[in-house]
Amino acid sequence: MTVHGGIGQSVKRKEDARFVRGQGNYVDDLKLPGMLYLDIVRSPYAHALIRYINIEKAMKVPGVLAVIRGKDLEAANLAWMPTLMSDRQMVLPVEKVMYQAQEVAAVVATSRYAAADGVAAVEVEYEPLPVVVDPMKALAPDAPILRPDKNEKSNKIWHWEVGDRKGTEKALEASDVVVKEKLYIPRIHVSSIETCGCVAQFDSTSGKLTIWMTTQAPHAIRTVFALVSGLPEHKIRVISPDIGGGFGGKVPVYPGYVLAVVAALKTGKPVKWIEDRSENIQADSFARDYHIEAEIGATKDGKLKALRVKTIADHGYTDAAANPSKFPAGLFHIVTGSYPFEQAFVEVDGVYTNKPPGGIAYRCSFRVTEAAFTIERVVDILAKKLGMDPADLRMKNFIPPEAFPYKSALGWTYDSGNYGGALRKAMDMIDYEGLRREQGEKRKRGELMGIGISSFTEIVGAGPSHTFDILGLKMFDSCEIRIHPTGKAIARFGTKSQGQGHETTYGQILAEELGMSVEDITVEEGDTDTAPYGLGTYASRSTPVAGAAAAVAARKIRAKAKLLAAHLLEVSPDDLEWKEHKFQVKGVPGKAKTMQEIAFAAYTNHPQGMEAGLEATAYYDPPNLTFPFGSYICVVDIDKETGEVKIRRFVAVDDCGTIINPMIVEGQIHGGLTMGLAPALLEEIQYDEQGNIQGGSFMDYLLPTAVETPHWETAKTTTPSPHHPIGAKGVGESATVGAPAAIVNAVVDALSHLGVTHIDIPITPWKVWKILHEKGVD
Amino acid sequence: MALAEARAGEEEMGPFSRVHVTINGKAYDAEVETRTLLVHFIRETVGLTGTHIGCDTTNCGACTVLLEGKPVKSCTILAVQVDGRSIQTVEGLESGGKLHPIQEAFIEEHGLQCGFCTPGMMMTSVALLEKNPHPTEAQIRRAISGNLCRCTGYVNIVKAVEHAAKTMSAPSGGGKA
Repeated sequence: MTVHGGIGQSVKRKEDARFVRGQGNYVDDLKLPGMLYLDIVRSPYAHALIRYINIEKAMKVPGVLAVIRGKDLEAANLAWMPTLMSDRQMVLPVEKVMYQAQEVAAVVATSRYAAADGVAAVEVEYEPLPVVVDPMKALAPDAPILRPDKNEKSNKIWHWEVGDRKGTEKALEASDVVVKEKLYIPRIHVSSIETCGCVAQFDSTSGKLTIWMTTQAPHAIRTVFALVSGLPEHKIRVISPDIGGGFGGKVPVYPGYVLAVVAALKTGKPVKWIEDRSENIQADSFARDYHIEAEIGATKDGKLKALRVKTIADHGYTDAAANPSKFPAGLFHIVTGSYPFEQAFVEVDGVYTNKPPGGIAYRCSFRVTEAAFTIERVVDILAKKLGMDPADLRMKNFIPPEAFPYKSALGWTYDSGNYGGALRKAMDMIDYEGLRREQGEKRKRGELMGIGISSFTEIVGAGPSHTFDILGLKMFDSCEIRIHPTGKAIARFGTKSQGQGHETTYGQILAEELGMSVEDITVEEGDTDTAPYGLGTYASRSTPVAGAAAAVAARKIRAKAKLLAAHLLEVSPDDLEWKEHKFQVKGVPGKAKTMQEIAFAAYTNHPQGMEAGLEATAYYDPPNLTFPFGSYICVVDIDKETGEVKIRRFVAVDDCGTIINPMIVEGQIHGGLTMGLAPALLEEIQYDEQGNIQGGSFMDYLLPTAVETPHWETAKTTTPSPHHPIGAKGVGESATVGAPAAIVNAVVDALSHLGVTHIDIPITPWKVWKILHEKGVD
Repeated sequence: MALAEARAGEEEMGPFSRVHVTINGKAYDAEVETRTLLVHFIRETVGLTGTHIGCDTTNCGACTVLLEGKPVKSCTILAVQVDGRSIQTVEGLESGGKLHPIQEAFIEEHGLQCGFCTPGMMMTSVALLEKNPHPTEAQIRRAISGNLCRCTGYVNIVKAVEHAAKTMSAPSGGGKA
């Protein structure tokens, strides 16, 4: 017997009923009586002293009620706030601004438009200071010191390393072949279609502060607000309603949120702050910005031996990365990827520059895209150097299926994998051998066609409490289930969906575990007054951690249900088995009780001495991370006249362990692939030497449209995680992690006969055209 | 329906203009600041929050509504410009308790994730199918290229539009808006 909407079924999503009707509840949809609006004055300079802020004219603008400056906050000790990485960032500056578009003052008014008028009327005089935008120049001995409050001598924030430096050096020296490449992974911005914002309301009678906000981690945010503001935590309620995409950009606490809270406390009225798109792109946290130098060593017959990676990480003016506390470079040491290196060493230097904070994710677990891109790029470069087919080199070196659990040279214990299986499947789907023949023929005719492979391994599901915390909060997650007397249920979680479909997939896990229909289970998240504490949704942790909590909580319910069933059937619990989603007397299939019957008894006919009710809570501390993987193959054709790269086909074979809802998994992969295509070919946030952002709106920052995006072809293999209660690994970010290398490898493959070994992303038509022009191809 | 509260507490602002507009078949009449964008009029004055705002530069299409049946980005039109005209928003797709075929199709084909771009995406699709009941994949992709989606990678949106095209042209009729 299968339950309706159990694990493995492509049930339609519960959340869609409201979304297709325009009845979603996003933060900007909220309208409270007497609500005021907050807008922000931003700096035109990347580095400047603030001489004065004159608010006189702004205060005369009709509708303007207040202007908040840094000195006003300083009086309340709120001008600075902590970042997640033991640094600090300004809510509003008192002395100087550190990046273009930094918040300088906030205007509170009776309408959105009046607030904007007030912003235009605030007069600020600046004294420009020398600007540092290049992290390499920031490390030069004569560079201006940007954060004397943190480090008086240098702009270096920290140095981090892992692995055996000497052993790796020796192994590289002993290798027959070593290739070395510089790879720059530029700044990019998640640009969820909903920008960030909040509504803050303070009830002076109860002393309670309620904040509806665009956050991926409502519980952790509540704790941070309590610690920063001094308000008691039970008097703070954070509500994360429907979220219009997150991708990591809605993990940090931005100054605007704090300013709205201050304004609500100051005015006694609800205050709404919603960023516009240019504010979102120019000032919210960025991803990537890694300057990488990677060396890979191998024997002459292609056996991988050693990997060394050195990176300069541009973190902007403060280290506000959204990483687990002990990992300043995130999980970048997954950089050995799908291969059993005997020796590896990785080091990263974090650096301050005059840019907004960097170091958040872009739909990937902490720095995992940077790692996957690095290894999958240099393996390809090595293949060319060795004259080997890149598929053969990978197949020859993959960690074999029987080696799992596998301990990597950089200390991770991979849970499970079958890397060769995924690559072979992708090669068969796309007819790899046929494509190579076609490429050979086309090359003779002077046509440019390339085939690129990426066989990535991810690391997600942070994480085990012995190692993983954010601001000291252990990275568990939670599920609380209540079964009602008639056999329906509500379940609440510490995570927060931003489009992933938790209301459906969590419901499916519970349906399977409890023998109920998915329609009979309501899933709620995002309200700190009602949901159990959890660390939130990012880094593909919802299914690995909260999904596991769902299974564990359901099994606790089953344990009690078994006693109730025994009572109802007048047998010993030992005589019962959970079979076909109900408790039945062993060997007597007709004698059984369903969860619905048991639930009714829990409230109406429970045995004497047993507590009434049927509910359970689980706080799940994962024993390990999960390691989803996949193999992608991309085929590109390049237009010699324009340099345009056209993706002809892209086959993605993913393995995320047990699949809960195949339809949703495929949708996640489609979206992830598109966010892998984006940085590979289109997106980059650049700055000029004065720190002026060069792509501060959707006019200049190019998100892929339906026209640039190919028709993705997907498939799966299934290698369950041995330590997850249902064997699931998480999938939301795999494709973002794996896709960029496949695309770049394909483009470089198309040009390799011209001596091209690498092109930095984004690979724009202009970059390709220049290369073709230089090589005399036309 | 008069919306007198639109001016409450804003007496000293201006200039103001009176706007008469039909939205989803219902007449609205309000006095608003002349500079009010149509999207703010729809969302805040009228209170239909299904139409979203995703950018300020007419790029993302989250605010797409139909103006006399044609898709327009309501963040780049003033409310006064639509005075006396007729608008359809996502809230006007469902009819008599029955979802529009495009809404059904987005659910069936998993054409949405976070739901933020969805209303604009559906309005653009409805306009396409009105003009071209049997679009090719390339025509669909071009038609929705002014609507950005960050979640789905478009594959299932394209499938949803194809699905709706089939339903709407079936003999039993999916009907139209």
